[in-house]
Amino acid sequence: MGSRYEIRLGGSGGQGIILMGIILAEAVGVYDHKFVAQTQSYGPEARGGSSKSEVIVSDEEIDYPKAMKPDLLLVMNQKSCDDFFPDLDPEGLLIVDSTFVTQVPNPRAFQIPFTRIAREKFKREMVANIVALGALSQLTPIVSSKAVEAAVLARVPRGTEKLNRDALKAGMAAAMRAKKERLKVEIPPEIPKEDLLDSY
Amino acid sequence: MLLQGNEAVAEGALRAGCRFFAGYPITPATEISEVLSVRLPQVDGTFIQMEDEIASLGAVIGASLAGVKSMTATSGPGFSLMQENLGLAIIAEVPCVIVNVMRGGPSTGLPTFPAQSDVMQARWGTHGDHPIIVLSASTVRECFDMTIRAFNLSERFRTPVIVLIDEVVGHMREKMALDDEEEIEIFNRVKPTMPPEWYIPYEDTPSGVSPMANFGEGYRYHVTGLTHDVRGFPTSRPDEIGPFISRLHRKISSHFPEIQTAEYFQTEDAEITIVAYGCVARSAKRAVIEAREKGRKVGLLKLMTIWPFMRTAVEKVLQTSKVLIVPEMNMGQISREVKRVNRGITRVVALNKVDGTIITPMEILSRIQEVVS
Repeated sequence: MGSRYEIRLGGSGGQGIILMGIILAEAVGVYDHKFVAQTQSYGPEARGGSSKSEVIVSDEEIDYPKAMKPDLLLVMNQKSCDDFFPDLDPEGLLIVDSTFVTQVPNPRAFQIPFTRIAREKFKREMVANIVALGALSQLTPIVSSKAVEAAVLARVPRGTEKLNRDALKAGMAAAMRAKKERLKVEIPPEIPKEDLLDSY
Repeated sequence: MLLQGNEAVAEGALRAGCRFFAGYPITPATEISEVLSVRLPQVDGTFIQMEDEIASLGAVIGASLAGVKSMTATSGPGFSLMQENLGLAIIAEVPCVIVNVMRGGPSTGLPTFPAQSDVMQARWGTHGDHPIIVLSASTVRECFDMTIRAFNLSERFRTPVIVLIDEVVGHMREKMALDDEEEIEIFNRVKPTMPPEWYIPYEDTPSGVSPMANFGEGYRYHVTGLTHDVRGFPTSRPDEIGPFISRLHRKISSHFPEIQTAEYFQTEDAEITIVAYGCVARSAKRAVIEAREKGRKVGLLKLMTIWPFMRTAVEKVLQTSKVLIVPEMNMGQISREVKRVNRGITRVVALNKVDGTIITPMEILSRIQEVVS
C-alpha cells in the first residue's frame, strides 16, 4: 500500500477533466514506467454536469482502481472542491483553479487561475486543462515534467502542438511562482485576484 | 501503451480473427464500435452501424453463417433487444460474441454508471431451456484475453458467447503491451470434410458439436429458429426434439473444465473467502490484502466464467472457509447461486450495492468485521 499514490481531478463536463486524467496516466505509465490505472465518472450530459477522473500510481500492480483517500486533488470548479475536499488525505495536496474556486477550504491550497491564464494568454479557454497539467507536474514529484510534455504532445490534435506546449509551460511557470510565494510566507495571505493575475 | 478496457476488447476481437462487427452505439460500450469502425476496414473486415440492436445481432448471425467470425457490443438496453436473436443463435448453433458493458438499469437507467445487474439476464434473458457461456473480465488485459477466449469457445462449441464487463472496467485505462509476436491460441470452427451431398448439418457427434459449413461454399442447408431435425428442417417428432435439446446442453455440460476458469488469491488457509467478479474483484483483492495485514485469514475466489456457474470452484472454498462473502453490484444474482451450491455447508453473506458506484474495499472490510464479531 505504501507506494500507492492517488490523484483525483474534478470539474464540470467540458473542462477536459477526463482528457487530463488520460494524459496524466500516459505520462506516468508509459513515459515514467510506473503502474497506473485511470478511471472516470461523469453524468449523461455532453457538457455541464460533474466530471471526475482518477489516476492511481503505484510501483506494484494496482487492484482497486479508484481513489480512496486522494493524495492530490485538483479541482476546476467550486462544486468539485466542496464535494471532494473532505476525501483528501490530511497531508494531501490541493490545487484549485482560482478562476472558479473562490471559497478555498484550506489556505495551504495552491490557487492558480488556470482558466484565466488560458483565456487571457492564449485566447483559448480550452487549454485550461493543459495549463493545469503543467502546474500539477511542478507541484508533485509523482510525474516528471518531461513525461507530461511527451504525453501531451502525443495526445493533442496535429497542428496544436505549439499552443499546447506553451499552455503547459505557462502552467509550469505559474506553479513555480506559486511555490516561491509559499516559501516566503508559510500561510499566504489572501491575494486579490487582480494582483495575482498581474504576475502572470 | 495505455489502453481502455473497451479498446482492449476491440483489439482482442481482431486478434481472435473477428472480421465483422454490426452494432448500435451505446454508453458505456461505444468505444468498442469506435475502435472497430477504424480497425476493421484496415484488415479487410466489415463494420456496419445498424438501425438498432435487434438488427445488429441479426447481421452478426448472418455474417457468421457465411463463415466470418462476428461480434457485437452493447449495454443493458441494447442487450434486452438482442435477446430474441440470441435465442436464434443458440438454436441454430451460430458462433458469435456479444459484449455487454453493464450499466445501471432497469430501462435506460444509468448510462454512465456501473452495475453488475445483467448477470441473470445473460443467463436467462432469452426464452427456452438453453445453455449459455458468459465470461467476465476485471482488468484491461483480461478484456483482451477474455474476448479471444470468447471467440475460441464460440467457434469450438458453435454457440454465442457473452462477455460481461462493467462501466468501470470498460472505461478504465491501464498499461498493456500489444505484442503481435506473442503466441495466442486461436480456435476456428470445424468445417465438413465430406462432399456437400453427404453433409448432415446438425448431425450428432461424440462432442455434441457438428461441423459447420460456410454458406456459399456449396453445402446447402436450412437454418431456422424452429426446433429442427439433423438436416435443419422443422420437426415435431418427440424422438428428434428431445435428443436435439439434450445435445445443445450436452455440448456445453460435457466440457465444463475447458470452459470454466477462476482465479484463487490466498484461499488455501482462508477462513473467510470473498467470491467476486468484474470490477468488484479488484476491490475484494485490496480488501484481502488489507485484512491479511491485520492478521485475518481472508482469501478471494475470482470468477472469470460466470455461466455455466463454476460449482467446482465454489465447492472448493466452501470446504475450507467458515464464511463466504459475495459482494456484487446488484441485489444478489450470484450470491443466490453460491447459496444454491452451498446447501447449508457454511455461511454465505451477500453484500449488495445498487447506487451506481463501485463497492469499495472499505465496505468489504466492514462486512468482514461484522461477520467476525
